Amino acid sequence: MQKVPENEYGEFVLSAASSDGAFVEFDRVQKSYDGVTLVVKDLNLAMPKGEFLTMLGPSGSGKTTCLMMLAGFETATHGEIRLGGKEINNIPPHKRGIGMVFQNYALFPHMTVNENLAFPLEVRGIGKAEREAKVRKVLDMVQMGEFGNRRPAQLSGGQQQRIALARALVFDPELVLMDEPLGALDKQLREHMQYEIKHLHERLGITVVYVTHDQSEALTMSDRVAVFNDGVIQQLAPPEDLYERPENSFVAQFIGENNKLTGIIEERSDGIVKVRLADGATCLALAVNCGGVGEETLISIRPERVQIGREGQANSHEARVEELIYLGDHIRCRLSVHGTDDFIVKVPNSAGHKHLVVGETTTIGWETEDARALNPL
Amino acid sequence: MSDATAPLTTVDGKPLKAALAAAERRARWRAFLLVVPLLAFVLITFIAPIGQLLKRSVYNPAFSDNMPNIVAWFAENPAGTEPDEEAFAALVADLRQARENKTIGIVGTRINYDLPGSRSLFTKTARKARKLEPPYREALLKIDEDWGDPMLWQVMRGASSAYTINFYLAALDLTRDAEGKIVPVDENRRVYVTLFKRTLVLSVVITALTLVLGFPIAHLLATLPLRYSNLLMIFVLLPFWTSLLVRTTSWIVLLQSQGVINDLLVALGIIDDDGRIQMIYNQIGTVVAMTHILLPFMVLPLYSVMRPIDPSYVRAARSLGATSWTAFRRIYLPQTIPGIGAGALLVFILAVGYYITPALVGGSTGQLISNLIAFHMQKSLNWSLAAALAALLLGGVLILYWLYDKLVGIDNLKLG
Repeated sequence: MQKVPENEYGEFVLSAASSDGAFVEFDRVQKSYDGVTLVVKDLNLAMPKGEFLTMLGPSGSGKTTCLMMLAGFETATHGEIRLGGKEINNIPPHKRGIGMVFQNYALFPHMTVNENLAFPLEVRGIGKAEREAKVRKVLDMVQMGEFGNRRPAQLSGGQQQRIALARALVFDPELVLMDEPLGALDKQLREHMQYEIKHLHERLGITVVYVTHDQSEALTMSDRVAVFNDGVIQQLAPPEDLYERPENSFVAQFIGENNKLTGIIEERSDGIVKVRLADGATCLALAVNCGGVGEETLISIRPERVQIGREGQANSHEARVEELIYLGDHIRCRLSVHGTDDFIVKVPNSAGHKHLVVGETTTIGWETEDARALNPL
Repeated sequence: MSDATAPLTTVDGKPLKAALAAAERRARWRAFLLVVPLLAFVLITFIAPIGQLLKRSVYNPAFSDNMPNIVAWFAENPAGTEPDEEAFAALVADLRQARENKTIGIVGTRINYDLPGSRSLFTKTARKARKLEPPYREALLKIDEDWGDPMLWQVMRGASSAYTINFYLAALDLTRDAEGKIVPVDENRRVYVTLFKRTLVLSVVITALTLVLGFPIAHLLATLPLRYSNLLMIFVLLPFWTSLLVRTTSWIVLLQSQGVINDLLVALGIIDDDGRIQMIYNQIGTVVAMTHILLPFMVLPLYSVMRPIDPSYVRAARSLGATSWTAFRRIYLPQTIPGIGAGALLVFILAVGYYITPALVGGSTGQLISNLIAFHMQKSLNWSLAAALAALLLGGVLILYWLYDKLVGIDNLKLG
């Protein structure tokens, strides 16, 4: 293996591109804590420079472990992690030169904001004048210019969040890791910070690996999202693909709202399957991730793709209105369709739109390509 | 919008402050009543006896109460006056009276504190006092030449006032010469200052040792998973559950020259049988045994401070480019300061006043000041000197406490 070149601070220097252009690369990485179970199973992931990639998944899915391995706080049990084309498995965290934002911010409580921000520069031996200039610049960048002399405990959650972000950026890392950084903020602030982080990413051109369990956060911010479950990436795709073209039932379930109909495949041709549902009715769906004739499948339909009052076409079904929930801009209808009584449809609250009544029977339908036949759960 | 000149009132016109006080009076009374038993207990069993003892260090009426005539003479004649016939007459009258009241022993003992060897002078003279005839000066000098000693007269003048700082002088190895000037005592009688210094040095050594030994253990306790750390905590607390006496004597078993460690060293051929190391009945014994006994007092405050320190601080420092040593020194250590301060203060204060362990394993060189206080309380019965020594010790500790407050800040203290 080639020796890793180091810069004046002892960090190894990232070369701009490796052979295949990937900046961060997980190559067949496995991780086990107890030697009995695998927390991360055969992870393969390559991300180009400048990408904003989110690792999304329920707790215990292995996403944070992946982040910790990248940061150097956990060792990979098997496989290689590469950064800028160089293997970093055995490089200690302080030589990786990766900025990191922690879930609880981890701002040093005994230091002021300025001291916190100067810390990474200080340990790199950067002179006082340059240090102060950089701290000032990064404080202005996160609009916290006047707070330099405060202690972390004197700041609000949102302000602490900004400082944590600034601290991870102050030493100009090319890669920044964020471990659920917005988890502790209230909804409004969280949404605001999502945009800010996204804009910072665009402006600075840094590469970001972001871990969250909040799907809306993942969809808002990312170039690509890796959905984790059970130690495996279920799907790695841009947000719109993830939402509109989920590849398996887990992703369809985990991202957004989803209506499920289970049945047995009766016919399969040209990527379209005809599925016989439990109550005997049939329905056409796009064959995405399902078996052959005679096998079970799960059809996934997004609530907003269901049309009410659609009659006389393929995929028209009778539905009984079970419950109506008024949500201002739209009305959420719970329907009973072919024996499934948690079928959700969103009806826009627009002028002239048909108003449903609980107990009434209506017709609903959808385009064949909006119904995706996936693996059964 | 409150106006300073017009205080707020409730809706029915009562001043708001009074209404608030009335509303909360009941709760405050109940809180106070809950504290009363402990308050009374502390007052009766702690504050009052200590106050009494401290008073003794400056107040000793043994001479002034029992020798009224000579006390009156001292009051009339300023310091430096040659004792005349009148003085000797007063002295003889007092000696007769004291003999009759059987208080002559107390008087002699009091003078003996400041001028060793003079107790017998008083008892001997008092026995013969009834038969003495004027001129008393010659008569007394005939019984003993020492009655003419200006030093004795200086000491009696000092004792003629019940309030005196002479015990503090004695506690600092100082005394008064015949003219009443403060001078150091003879070199071969200086004990207390040496002992104070030794107590201070050994306490600092013990505190440092407990810190060095306790810090890693506390860190381990704080970072281990709970089920392991609980087990380890039991080992740390085990010394607490064993009798102090048993622990100390087990150190004797281990460390004495025919003890386990020496036997082992001899058996291994590291030392020969004549070269057994003296590890007990000296300062080593005191330091080893006390470090062991005081270790939990360091570990527990450290642990309670370290437990809530999130591991992500050190991780953050590492990710920001700090080596593990820098991360420890700059990030972890400063956050443990309240625990270090509390532990060190606790161990030091306990060590400074420790008595039983040095008494058992200290030999002659490992004795601390508290052993001398005990000696004066129990053997020499010079309670005033014991009180003065104890008061100096207390004062020293208070100064250290004040210093700690100045340097670290007492708000930073975390005892558990």
